[in-house]
Order: sequence, then structure tokens, then C-alpha cells
Amino acid sequence: MSAPDYSAHLRKKAIRAYTVIALFAVLILVVFMISMNTGVIRLSPGDVFRTFFGMGTAKQELILYDFRLPRIVISVLIGMGMAVSGCIFQGISRNPLADPGILGINAGAGLAVTLFISFYPTAAAAPVFMMPFLALLGSTAAAALIYVLSYKKHYGLQPIRMVLVGIALAAGINAAMIILQLRLRPEDYQMLQVWLVGSIWGTSWKYVLALLPWIVILMPYVFIRARALNVLSLGDQTATGLGTSIERSRLGLLAAAVGLTGASVAVGGGIAFVGLIAPHLARRLVGPKHEHLLPASALAGGLLVIVGDTLGRWILQPEEIPTGIVVAIIGAPYFLYLLTKSKI
Amino acid sequence: MTASTQAPKSRYRTRPIAATLILFGGVILLLFAIGLSISVGAANIKLGTVWNSLFHFNGNLTEHQIILDMRLPRALAAALIGAALAVAGAIMQGMTRNPMADSGLLGLNSGAGLALAVCFAFFPSTSFLMMMFYSFAGAAVGAGLVFGIGFMSKGGMTPVRLTLAGAAVSMLLVALSEGIAIYFKVGQDLAFWYAGAVTGTTWTQIEIVAPWVAVGLVGAFALSKSITLLSLGDEVATGLGQRTGLIKAVSMIFVLILAGSAVSLVGAIGFVGLMIPHIARFLVGVDYRWVIPSSAVLGSLLMVFADILARMVNPPHEVPIGALIAVIGVPFFLYLALKQKGGLE
Repeated sequence: MSAPDYSAHLRKKAIRAYTVIALFAVLILVVFMISMNTGVIRLSPGDVFRTFFGMGTAKQELILYDFRLPRIVISVLIGMGMAVSGCIFQGISRNPLADPGILGINAGAGLAVTLFISFYPTAAAAPVFMMPFLALLGSTAAAALIYVLSYKKHYGLQPIRMVLVGIALAAGINAAMIILQLRLRPEDYQMLQVWLVGSIWGTSWKYVLALLPWIVILMPYVFIRARALNVLSLGDQTATGLGTSIERSRLGLLAAAVGLTGASVAVGGGIAFVGLIAPHLARRLVGPKHEHLLPASALAGGLLVIVGDTLGRWILQPEEIPTGIVVAIIGAPYFLYLLTKSKI
Repeated sequence: MTASTQAPKSRYRTRPIAATLILFGGVILLLFAIGLSISVGAANIKLGTVWNSLFHFNGNLTEHQIILDMRLPRALAAALIGAALAVAGAIMQGMTRNPMADSGLLGLNSGAGLALAVCFAFFPSTSFLMMMFYSFAGAAVGAGLVFGIGFMSKGGMTPVRLTLAGAAVSMLLVALSEGIAIYFKVGQDLAFWYAGAVTGTTWTQIEIVAPWVAVGLVGAFALSKSITLLSLGDEVATGLGQRTGLIKAVSMIFVLILAGSAVSLVGAIGFVGLMIPHIARFLVGVDYRWVIPSSAVLGSLLMVFADILARMVNPPHEVPIGALIAVIGVPFFLYLALKQKGGLE
């Protein structure tokens, strides 16, 4: 195989990747329009358009701008955050089954929020901007614990250990949470319950503002570090051989992944499987290079959650199914399918 | 047959004396624990009164009635369920040679939970007996899914794959039951069940469940020799004249009977079936003829003491016993997971 052939091959791959990314973006827009029309009060696509151009009634504006739009924006952002974070975890641990939900990192964030609500019950409504920080604290603690327990000198992170430690951690945290929840007042318990199953419960712009900075700052950082992630996914020994300072790149990327998960969980609750499926789907379509894989995963994740949220509102109208449940019903069979194929 | 089983076993240690001690000492301790469990609670009752109420029952005394109607069924339920879960775990671990097997981790609990959610939602007036059959069926479906995925996989049923499949199947089944719970507004009933508690056990429930547990335990003892052979590996077992497929199928039925009746009586309790067989094997060696009875005794002890503790931690409230056992069980699971050598490098 000669050199020009190879660069042509690379270019073909890049074009394919950009096509896939563009396709995902278009799909998100389509689902976005459908989602805008989905709900107890029906609005035709025409109404939606008219309202966007400032010609809707006051009621239509209220529904779109204050209820549906923030919710849709949040679901896309959460999906992106979780998918990119899952992509980083999979790359760093060289483990195709890594997912912040399965690893117990979501549970860690949940525990921190539960602790806060149970000790400051009256303050629960106020600190919307506190939630990401709290969740971040919890998810960082969980991630640090998993890292310490599954790291082995000279071998790096042990992929299988990481998953097993994560499952154990999630089980332990869930037990701790059951004990804590018993001490909550009924109304706090209700709020927590809905949050834990992963419903896009923060449907106001406040929550968008609480989430957005994390995505805007961390996402570009991760995209810039895509090459480092490529090298890390080859394994510690190869990465050292290629001249990367492993610990520094790994810690930076891990911190970004934990930050993205924490912020997403804080607003969206325990939505599992997004961080697992979206990167897999993207990898099948654009290949393993993280320059392409990361943006494609981000969009696939956004698409998955917006579809889950729309379906959740649509299937059992007028009841709503929490998004996390819909995503788990789509995601778990896919995970099991991957499990039968994997070599673990 | 007997001669041929001796050869491979001699490489492993067995401690019949330790086992006998555990069985006798354990049963005595268990009787004491049940007495203690009866005496501890919102109204403290002297152990002497407990003794009298059992052997010289007097219907006019309130204390005697509390003991007979509330405390005794509860303590008995804890003992029964502990034995059932521990023996189910021991059979699963021996049969699949999977040190991380447990009815809670392999989808049985969440399957039964889904069946109960369906039951609460669509047939709310179902009798306890029918609910038990539903949870049996659900547990069978959950376990079937997890083991089916193990069978379908290219690399076979490794412990790690089964654990992962169990986690994912549980997440799926829990998501489905939560969906049903939210739509039909039966969340509270289900949450109560998931927390796992022996609080409201009645004599009727025990009368229905106890025969099943008894059948399961007797079946497990009868199978114990075959399970020892299976735990040496399929090839060895086949070589020694075992019909491995048949034995596995029968064992699985007994696991379902034991774990299913436990789950239907007290809800989702994990980790008993994980921890106890390990402790039993550590104490009495690898022969399942000793491991299974010791597991039964130790499992009962764990549950009865956990139930006492659950009442003492935060009175007058009770901590769900399932959560309490998970607090001990999780570090144990972590320890086992970190010991797993297979597939680390």
C-alpha cells in the first residue's frame, strides 16, 4: 500500500465522519420539531413556526418558550454531556462497557444530592446552581474511589476491575440512599424520587443556565484533547512509548468526564446507558478516531435523550414516563447485545 | 461410585468436625437469636416471658399475644428466608463455579419485582398465594434472561459476564416496573417491597411459604453431592458419571423455589446468597454436603441478627433489612471482585 492511497483513505473516512455528524444534527432538528408539537396541548408545526417568528398567541408563547423549549434544550445538553463522558471513560479504560451509570458515578452524584436535601431540607428549592457542584462532588468521590480500586501499577486501569468495582459501588450507594431517604419529609422524598429515575425535571431556563457553562467550557477542552485520548486508548505501555505523559492527560480527561457527568446528572437525574450507547453507535459509523468520535457521540447522545424525552411524553399521554426509564428500555437490550459479543 | 468420588476430592480440604460444630452450635445460637428477636422491639419483653408464652401460652396476657401474633412470625420469617437465600446462593455458586453468584445480582429479585408491579397494577385484589406464584414466575424470567445471555455469548458464562448481564437486566426490569408503578400509581407498594422487610409477616404467609422453603432445602441437601462434583467442573463431573445437564436443570428449579419464595415473602434482599456460602466454604471446606447445611444455618443467623439490628439502629423507625445487609454485603462483593484473577490482564 503506497502513501497517497492511505491519505485518500483518510480523507474518505473524514468525509464519512462529517456526513454522519451532519446527519445527526439534522435528525436532532427533526426530533426537535416533533418534540415541540408533543404534549398535552397540541400545537401544529405551523403554530410552532408562527410562534418562533413572533406571531403566536400569548398562550402558545408561554407553552413553547417557558415549558417545552428549555426542556428540549436541557435534554440535548444532558445527552451530549453524558455521551462525551462515556466516550472518554471507554477510551481511557479501553473498556467498551464503561458507562457513568453502570460505573456508579451517577449514583455518587445522587448520593451527594440526597445528603444535601436530607440535611438542609428547607434549602432544597433554592440552590439550583448548587446542584451541579454537589453532584460534581459526589461523582468525583465515586470516580476517585473507582480509580484507586481498579488501578494497578505497571498495568494501568484494569478494565474489568473497573466495571466490577463500579457495580459494587452503585449497589452500596443505593443501599445508603434507601436508608437516607427514609428520614426525608414526604415532599422532599417525592422530588428526589422523580429526580433519581431520571426525569428532565428542571424545565425552566434557570436549569439551562446552570448546565450550559459546564458544557461550553468542558466540551471544547475534550475536543482539543482528542488526540491524547487516541493515544491513551492504545494502552499505558504504548502510550508511554509514544511519548505521552500518561498521568497528566488521563487525569485531565477524567476530570472533564466527571465534570460533564456530574453537571448532567445534577439536572437530568440518573439517566443510565446514554454514555454507553451513544459512543458505540458513533464508533460504528465514524470509526475509532476520537477527533470524529467525540463530536459524533455528543450528537448521538443528544439525539438519544431528546428521542427518549419525546417518547416519554407521547406514549402514555397525558401521563409522562421519566426519560431515564425510556432510555433504559432502549439501552439495556443494546448493552446485553454488546455483552454477548464482547470478549470479557 | 463412592470410591471414584474420593480421588478428586482428596485434593481439597473438608472439615467435617468444624461443620458438625457449626451445625449444632449454630442451631443453638439460632434458637437464642430467635428468642432475642422476639424480646426486642417497641415493647421490650423479658426472655422468660418469651419462654412462657411459647410453652405455657395464656391468651389473656397482651404480651403473649404480641409474641404469638407479631414477633414470632417475624423472627421465623427471617430465619426461613436467611436459610433459603443462603442455600440458593450456595447452589448457584457451586453449579456455575461462579464466586459472584447471588439471587439479587443475577436478576431474580428484579424479575420478581416486575411481576409484582404487574400484579399490583392489573390484579390488585390478588391473594397472597397467587402473588407468590407471580413472583416465582418473575424470578424465573429474570434468571432466564441473565443465564440466556450467558449461554448465547461466544466466550461462555464467565463470572464477569454473568454479573454484568445481571446488572443490565436488573436495570431494565427495574425501569419497566418503575414505568408501570408511575403510570398505575402503585409506586409506594412497590417501594415498600423493594426495601425488603419482614415487618408485617403473618402466620398465613408463613404457612404458605414454609413448605416451599422446606421442599427447597431438602432438595438442596439431596443434590449436595452432585453439586460438589459440578463444582469441580463440567468435564470432571461428566467423567465421574454425572448427567450434568439434568443436575443443573434440577438445581436451577430448586434455586428458583428457594429464592422465589424468599423474595415473595420479604422483598428484594441481596448479598445473603453471596456472602454466606463463601463464609461456609471458608469454615467447612469444599464438600457441598457440609457447605449447604452450614449455609442454611449461617444464613438464618445473619438474617435474624440483621432483623434485630434493623430495629435497634434508629428506634422507633426500622431500617429496611435489605439496605442493612447491603451495607455489609457491598464491601464483601468488592473484596471478591478485586480477587478475581480471570481476565485482568
